[in-house]
Amino acid sequence: MMTILGIPVQALFGQLLLGLINGAFYAMLSLGLALIFGLLNIVNFSHGALYMMGAFVAWLLLNFLGMGYWTALIVTPVVVAIFGMIVERTMLRRLYKLDHLYGLLLTFGLALIIEGAFRQLYGISGMPYAVPKELQGGWNLGFMFLPIYRGWVVVASLVLCLGSWLLIEKTKLGSYLRAATENPSLVQAFGINVPMMVTLTYGFGVALAAIAGVLAAPIYSVNPLMGSNLIIVVFAVVVIGGMGSILGAVITGFMLGLVEGLTKVFYPEAASTVIFVVMAIVLMIKPAGLFGKRS
Amino acid sequence: MMKRLLLSAAALALSTSMAQAQYSDNKVKIGVLTDLSGTYSDLAGQGSVEAARMAVEDFGGKLNGMPIEIVSADHQNKADIASSIGRKWYENESVDAIFDLVTTAAAVAVREVSREKGKIDINSGAASTVLTNAQCSNTGFHWTYDTYALAVGTGNAVVKQGGDTWFFLTADYAFGHDLQAQTEKVVKANGGKVLGAVRHPFPNSDFSSFLLQAQGSGAKIIGLANAGADTINAIKQAKEFGITQSGQKLAGLLVFLSDVNSLGLETAQNMQLTTGFYWDMDDGTRAFSKKFSERMKGKMPTMVQAGVYSSVMHYLKAAQAAKSDEGIKVADKMRELPIADFFAKNGKIRADGRMVHDMYLAEVKKPAESKGAWDYYKILRTIPGDEAYKPLAESACALVKK
Repeated sequence: MMTILGIPVQALFGQLLLGLINGAFYAMLSLGLALIFGLLNIVNFSHGALYMMGAFVAWLLLNFLGMGYWTALIVTPVVVAIFGMIVERTMLRRLYKLDHLYGLLLTFGLALIIEGAFRQLYGISGMPYAVPKELQGGWNLGFMFLPIYRGWVVVASLVLCLGSWLLIEKTKLGSYLRAATENPSLVQAFGINVPMMVTLTYGFGVALAAIAGVLAAPIYSVNPLMGSNLIIVVFAVVVIGGMGSILGAVITGFMLGLVEGLTKVFYPEAASTVIFVVMAIVLMIKPAGLFGKRS
Repeated sequence: MMKRLLLSAAALALSTSMAQAQYSDNKVKIGVLTDLSGTYSDLAGQGSVEAARMAVEDFGGKLNGMPIEIVSADHQNKADIASSIGRKWYENESVDAIFDLVTTAAAVAVREVSREKGKIDINSGAASTVLTNAQCSNTGFHWTYDTYALAVGTGNAVVKQGGDTWFFLTADYAFGHDLQAQTEKVVKANGGKVLGAVRHPFPNSDFSSFLLQAQGSGAKIIGLANAGADTINAIKQAKEFGITQSGQKLAGLLVFLSDVNSLGLETAQNMQLTTGFYWDMDDGTRAFSKKFSERMKGKMPTMVQAGVYSSVMHYLKAAQAAKSDEGIKVADKMRELPIADFFAKNGKIRADGRMVHDMYLAEVKKPAESKGAWDYYKILRTIPGDEAYKPLAESACALVKK
């Protein structure tokens, strides 16, 4: 059998595939973050809490309303997005003209409150959420056993990321959005309702986080801290990709999933820090991030 | 007549003032220091505080006429916070004893303060044997379980059933390393082999990569030397990746009832684990647990929470018998009195502070076997205390005479 640095090639393929799956979550979350930062100028620290909320809403829908996974996949993002838009209208809106720091503090506070509320209600250990029947089992790929559900997560994430990118880069709505990012007052002068667009964008970013939450529910334990464990890594992804760069966030998300996957094979103890090492290096060489524009 | 009355009144006054002299501040005050908000707040946390309250109520709320007070605080699993709260409690709030102390780092930090102040600390939540070895103290006790007992209970049982090759997934901090080392010893002593181990970051949510490495090792048993959410995620994902279906078995080395509740029986079924307590064993355990669950939104107590009740009760009995709340006097009395309650049928405290009691090897029921909520375990075997805990002769505690 061929080996690379003592690891059989076959095993390495498996690990790369797993890295890609984790990357899918990073990509979905950092896409939402980049989108929100680009248009609202808000560093949305509550993104992780909203991801957690997505998983919990799916669990609540199942246990109290009997709604299965597929329904939850549609209903949950809507519910969480409405919550997000209310937050944007009532609170975030007041901070757009101020320094980034205020938005960061407010959303960080919100994250603590949301997490605290769920912890108070459901404790810390988390809730079980089964893999939907249609996606149970797995394929034997020869070099590894791939659970169908994980495959589905990668596909769903790729479709979502690609869809969002096309929406923003290739449609008229997207062009308004990009224009509003550059110069909101001018776009408003053309008769476009910029505040409404801002609210919807925030809702969209939040919905992405909620979908990621629903996708994560059958894999991880649905618990109030699942978001805060992930959010710091996702921030690093956004910083590496370049703040506000949508394509950058997606590509960096998948890429760092791979880097992390490889670290888990060669030096597992460093798996949780490798992303930050990459971040430090990128910031030294390209302060605006890999895909960021120089400001 | 009048004279005699005066005399008896004076005698009475004298006797109360004597009693006052023995209990500092005219009260007995106990503190429950635990994780009220983090990873371990379900297995200890508020439930531990409630268990302590129940013990005080069942004791009668008063000790030789002195009121018993309870305070609680969140140490956030951090050693520095734990030691500063412990110091504040002992110095400014006249707390006489501290209970629960989940998380080894926090437990050791408070142990140092307690030793310095000559106060009592009784540990129910933390796992490491360091508390009765290098860090032992004549006023410090370890009540519910420890890494040695877990390793002996689960390790022995698994190897005897043919699980003689192991691969460890170990949480990369003191507790995980300790648990892995103890279990390795047991596995090797029984003729088993350790094929490898991987240290994962703590906390960690994605275990697929590590599980794949465990799978590649070809070991029959994957030992999980971690706790809480890490264990839950590892077990969940092992099922997802078909590891358990393909013949490899998981051995959760530290699994609490709250973890099984979170996993669900579908995922957790057939797993063997070692526990110091299970609610559905006899009338005594059921009576306590029913009362507990009524106060805790229907949750049944974990071994840590039941252990807090038992340790508070024993402390109060000892403080009553010693007619004092002075640390060393109560500690001596605690060692002298036997422990016989629903938690420990034949418990005794050794010189190193270890409370030795029977442990249980349990298996998680299949969904079909469970008759309702919280009906999770089958008890396979009672492990006698002297077999479950590290022999005193092997203790590294300086208080043990050799």
